[in-house]
Amino acid sequence: MTRDEMDILMGQLLDESLEVEFAELCSMCHASEDFVLELVAEGVIEPEGPERAHWRFTGRSVYRTQVALRLHQDLDVNLPGVALVLDLLEEIRQLR
Amino acid sequence: MDFKDYYKTLGVSRDADADEIKRAYRKLARKYHPDVSKEPDAEDRFKDVGEAYEVLKDPEKRAAYDQLGADWKAGQDFRPPPGAGAGAGPRPGGGGFYYSSGGGGAEQQGFSDFFETLFGGGRMGGMGRGGAEEFQFRQSRPSRGEDQTARIQISLKDAFHGANRTLELRTPDGGKRSIRVAIPPGVTEGKRIRLAGQGMPGFNGGPAGDLFLEIGFQPHPVFEAQGRNVLVTLPVTPWEAALGETVSVPTLGGRVELKIPAGSQSGRRLRLKGRGLPGSPHGDQIVTLRIEIPPADSDEARKLYEQMRNTMAFNPRRDIEV
Repeated sequence: MTRDEMDILMGQLLDESLEVEFAELCSMCHASEDFVLELVAEGVIEPEGPERAHWRFTGRSVYRTQVALRLHQDLDVNLPGVALVLDLLEEIRQLR
Repeated sequence: MDFKDYYKTLGVSRDADADEIKRAYRKLARKYHPDVSKEPDAEDRFKDVGEAYEVLKDPEKRAAYDQLGADWKAGQDFRPPPGAGAGAGPRPGGGGFYYSSGGGGAEQQGFSDFFETLFGGGRMGGMGRGGAEEFQFRQSRPSRGEDQTARIQISLKDAFHGANRTLELRTPDGGKRSIRVAIPPGVTEGKRIRLAGQGMPGFNGGPAGDLFLEIGFQPHPVFEAQGRNVLVTLPVTPWEAALGETVSVPTLGGRVELKIPAGSQSGRRLRLKGRGLPGSPHGDQIVTLRIEIPPADSDEARKLYEQMRNTMAFNPRRDIEV
């Protein structure tokens, strides 16, 4: 198949304009509801909306949830540690 | 296939105890974890370290590995001795592979051929999750394929205008497949694009995982992106800076006219509103002036500089005199 014949895939840009619901975030990140609730309680991700049924998360939350899960599972970092690492990683990225 | 020296990978001696091995693994896993490491080969190193720990943390696997003897060297061509291999059954989760994250997936791009030869394969979840029980579960139930992440470098022009890019992806059987992806205009560095269902295939009828593309920008000789803003350094002459002038400036969308105010100093920043990367709101182009001094390389030029010296009472160091 030549390049011109290939279907062009339209992806979902994970930026601040993206809005996903609680269940969608869990599914997208393969994270349990309990884990995501703990991230919210720890302030690692911050939903918009008054209660869980109306929570909306941005693309930044998707990324932070995925990295949090990997750090937690691969390195046994607890959630306050995960929060600290994520904040420092963002700061380093901004400084660069 | 190449022999893997797992002790060397973890930097421990062959008689290291379990605590020492765990400590070495943790230290290296932190160093090479692809989410935090900036080492160019972090992903491969993390994978190697995970594989070494998978073997050395397990007494049965370690004993089987040790039976090969201490004379092997890393990278040496390895032929398994008769009777060796695949005796340890399905491998439990452990180690952890950055680009195969995912709860329900089979791990298809994990351990090396060397590992598979010695300990058998089985399609197991990585990332320190799973275990024999989960293995049984996954064998009979549909399971989702793993997510994949790939980095893609695009030009600033492509980020500005949007583009279609063809990517080549590895498949679980070692082959390759191509996909064509639309890069939306206004994408910024570090942002990610999710392509649902383009990750690793699922099992037993389970859905495929997702592919996440992480955007990086190729260096540009003129422009530098900072979020949606685009930075440009603009060389100007001393008389353009002193007297003011309208000059032509490149932007990602084409050239525009910029008025340099009279009395500008080197380093002055001028904003071209909305001329950065598109978005909501659009980014700006920030132009930093850099005054270039013409060389005094002719009699005429030298005379002009001497005339300036003699007629202009100018001391650029007045503020630092003590």
